[in-house]
Amino acid sequence: MRRRYIGVRIESQGELEGRGLAAALSGSLVRLFGEYGASLADLRLVDYQPESRCAIFRCNHKALDLARASIAALKEVDGEKTALRVVCVSGTLKAVRKRLIN
Amino acid sequence: MKGFVDLHLLLPNHVGQGEIKDLIARSAELGYSSVGIPLPIDVAGKDVEDIERICIDDDVDLVRRVDLRPRNVRELLRLLRVVRRRREVVAVRCTSKSIARQAAKDRRVDLICFSSSDPGGRFFGSAVAQLASNSTAGLEVDMAPLIAIDGFRRIRLISSLRREVALAKKFEVPLVLSSGAFDRYMLRSAQDYASLAYLFDLAHHAAVRAMSDTPLGTVERNRRKLGPDYVAPGVYVVKRGKDCRGS
Repeated sequence: MRRRYIGVRIESQGELEGRGLAAALSGSLVRLFGEYGASLADLRLVDYQPESRCAIFRCNHKALDLARASIAALKEVDGEKTALRVVCVSGTLKAVRKRLIN
Repeated sequence: MKGFVDLHLLLPNHVGQGEIKDLIARSAELGYSSVGIPLPIDVAGKDVEDIERICIDDDVDLVRRVDLRPRNVRELLRLLRVVRRRREVVAVRCTSKSIARQAAKDRRVDLICFSSSDPGGRFFGSAVAQLASNSTAGLEVDMAPLIAIDGFRRIRLISSLRREVALAKKFEVPLVLSSGAFDRYMLRSAQDYASLAYLFDLAHHAAVRAMSDTPLGTVERNRRKLGPDYVAPGVYVVKRGKDCRGS
């Protein structure tokens, strides 16, 4: 199965935990596309760096549109106002890490 | 880098200069080269100058816009006479079918928009779309409400937007996507808003065009019209005064 890695920058009022971020994004995905859509997207949090406010998500390449829409629609994580901005999308984790650092 | 245009950045009246600066700076950071800010008809010159200065500091082009909320057709016509030569973009928030029809056929109107909070208050049907296609009015869709509201109201909104976007495409009505954001956490980059447009079946490239070429075309057309060289549609002064001698 081919995958896409999505690098995002996080803007939030407070400190976020990786688990909360993953849960909030899953919630956003399920609210927009239902459980069937969420199962197609198979969206997971791969890496989260609170100090640089960056995260990398992984999804099925056929459901990239669903994943990106869910990321854009996210507005809150653990009660904190949050906005995620997609910085890059790539087929390899290495390329996304490199572009996030740059 | 492609210049994206957000024609509807809302600056709430009660916020201070710091917050206005923050919103505009955030827009610039997200890649918007032009930002349309609704200014009341009777706005003080000093307030506009302050906003203008902030935009210059952040290297953002300020588009002066007015949002009209007429109660009836007669009021719409009166307001249009007052504002058309004062603002670069005129948007009409339609609260009834008759206002929507008049706004769609009036060539002084650039954008028609509808309530996002009340799906029953959206009047963009095929008659309005047909009138708009013969005029200059485009359909504006605010993206922030798609993020801000959820549950059944969002379902109804997405459903309405899907129908309206299909009609706009069928009748070739220009579509403009704007943020409609009043808070930095509701602001997204143009690419992220384009991803969100997937919800109402708008292709990514069409959504990007609706945040770049289409609004930019509207602004440029109106700036030319408001310029001193404009005479009538298609007629401009190319030389004046001493330049005309010997030609």
